Amino acid sequence: MIQLRDVSKIYEMGQDTVYALNHANIQIAKGEFVSIIGPSGSGKSTMMNIIGCLDTADSGEYILDGVPMKEYSERELAKIRNKKIGFIFQDFNLLPRLTAEENVELPLIYQGVPVAERTKRVEEALDRVGLSHRKFHKPAELSGGQQQRVSIARALVTTPTLFLADEPTGNLDSKTGEEIMTLFHQLHKAGNTIVLITHDQYIADEAERKIYIKDGLVKEVKI
Amino acid sequence: MIRQTLKMAWNAVLANKMRTFLTMLGIIIGVAALIVLVSIADGATASVSDQISQMGSDYLTIKITDDKENPLRLSEFSKLFEDDAIETAAPMAGTSVTGKSGYTDGTMTLYGTTGAYFQIMDMELLCGRFLKQADVNNNSYVIVITKDTAVEFFGHAAAEGESLSLDGRTFQVVGVLSEDSSQQTGFTIRDSNEDSTQSVTLEGYIPYSTCARMGNNALNIMQFYVSSNDEKSMEQAEAAVEQIMLERFKSDEDAFSIQNQSEIMDTMQEVNHTLSLMIGGIAAISLLVGGIGIMNIMLVSVTERTREIGIRKAIGASRESIMMQFLMEALIVSLAGCLAGILFSGIALWVVGGVAGDSMSVHMDGKVVWISVIFSGIIGIVFGIYPANKAAYKKPIEALRYSG
Repeated sequence: MIQLRDVSKIYEMGQDTVYALNHANIQIAKGEFVSIIGPSGSGKSTMMNIIGCLDTADSGEYILDGVPMKEYSERELAKIRNKKIGFIFQDFNLLPRLTAEENVELPLIYQGVPVAERTKRVEEALDRVGLSHRKFHKPAELSGGQQQRVSIARALVTTPTLFLADEPTGNLDSKTGEEIMTLFHQLHKAGNTIVLITHDQYIADEAERKIYIKDGLVKEVKI
Repeated sequence: MIRQTLKMAWNAVLANKMRTFLTMLGIIIGVAALIVLVSIADGATASVSDQISQMGSDYLTIKITDDKENPLRLSEFSKLFEDDAIETAAPMAGTSVTGKSGYTDGTMTLYGTTGAYFQIMDMELLCGRFLKQADVNNNSYVIVITKDTAVEFFGHAAAEGESLSLDGRTFQVVGVLSEDSSQQTGFTIRDSNEDSTQSVTLEGYIPYSTCARMGNNALNIMQFYVSSNDEKSMEQAEAAVEQIMLERFKSDEDAFSIQNQSEIMDTMQEVNHTLSLMIGGIAAISLLVGGIGIMNIMLVSVTERTREIGIRKAIGASRESIMMQFLMEALIVSLAGCLAGILFSGIALWVVGGVAGDSMSVHMDGKVVWISVIFSGIIGIVFGIYPANKAAYKKPIEALRYSG
């Protein structure tokens, strides 16, 4: 489903040329739970940005659902982010002025889903993360774990083909981190594809498959 | 989708009430200045036009400058101007005499004319009657005076039947004109002997034949008025008069001049129109400055909300929807400012109208209101489009990383 062929991303730092990604080759099938692990500055965020269609590769090919990304316009990329990818960020990235419910509703608004269906799906999504009782609260009124659960609800409300989580437990204590990981396992069991980016070996171990990145080079690690 | 975008924009506008209000203030002041100034200019135009129109816009003034040794005589006058387009015609001559009644005396302007003059000038009588054809035929010593004159000489306005001595001849007052018509003819005939210190203009109308005798000009007509049936047939009447006069004066165009009152009015209105355009233009500049204020604050807002833009883009907002959101914000600010400006100018005009009273009618002109709404909308779009574009073209990863 996800295919990276010889993908490189290069940054010019003064005179030095830094490979954030150096001819990376990855293949992730539908329904897999993959973790991408590496120290900070290894290029894993670049990898996530490319997979998440937030950034484009300098060379190589990224194929999502059989279609090379180069062929998409900015407008179509926005649509892909909207429908196929559910982002979960380290610092939650919820809009502070909106309530939990409104935050979850936002991607559906951009999809143009009618109000009645929107309300129903938002309710379901918040139910799945166990937060329907907090839907009128703003992010500032929620704990870190609750905020992350809202952002998971926001990701799953569009029923995306791929969940892309960037250090989802990075800002949480280990107990709430475990709760969040339980949610990911549930999503995985329900047949979703999950790509989890982390620097934490223990978190990475929870995935079926681990991909290791260092200095832009990709290495597959068998469990 | 549009409703949702509107809601988002509305919430963003409300999130920073003080800032929004200050930004709006530029538009409020601009719109209020535009509407108030143009409405006042329009009010002034209307009252000036009204005054000109009161002088009568449906008559022609004809002056004979060269009589070709064959002057126009009163005896041929009425037969000369029998035409379908012409309602009636009245000759006019002026002279200055000393009027005396009891202990009061003063320099008085006398106008010699016929009964038709009353009709042409739309005069109104306070009491009595105007001159009649019989008065002209018989060279009667009768006079119709203005209200001010009546009060000056007799101490009361209802002076019908009183006697007035003019240069030694005794005239009988047969009618008194009401106030409105007193200054009409001051426009066409100026008396050189008029006492400038005299506060009240003493005026009276006597039969043309009588006036001619007093002034020794033997019934020659040098100036007269012609009215048309209505304002629409003015041009026909003018053509008819010109034709008649050309025939009478052996096709010499320079022997006479025809002056159309409505032409004066047109010129006057044109001047006033230019004036309101100029005033409107100045007010529009302040509106423009308000627009720059909107752009400024929108740019700040876009920078402040870089992260929000990044999040929205990550979860699937397209460039268009980001652009629409910010454009909508600019539009809401400018249109809400416009609305407040309209309300404010309504209050201001109400106050001005109260102060001005009857001298000027001040009311809000619907056209200016629409212009200001459209103009504010355009300003919202023009000055909103650059910040909105800047927001829309932010790269999602850079926007997400932004910590400001």
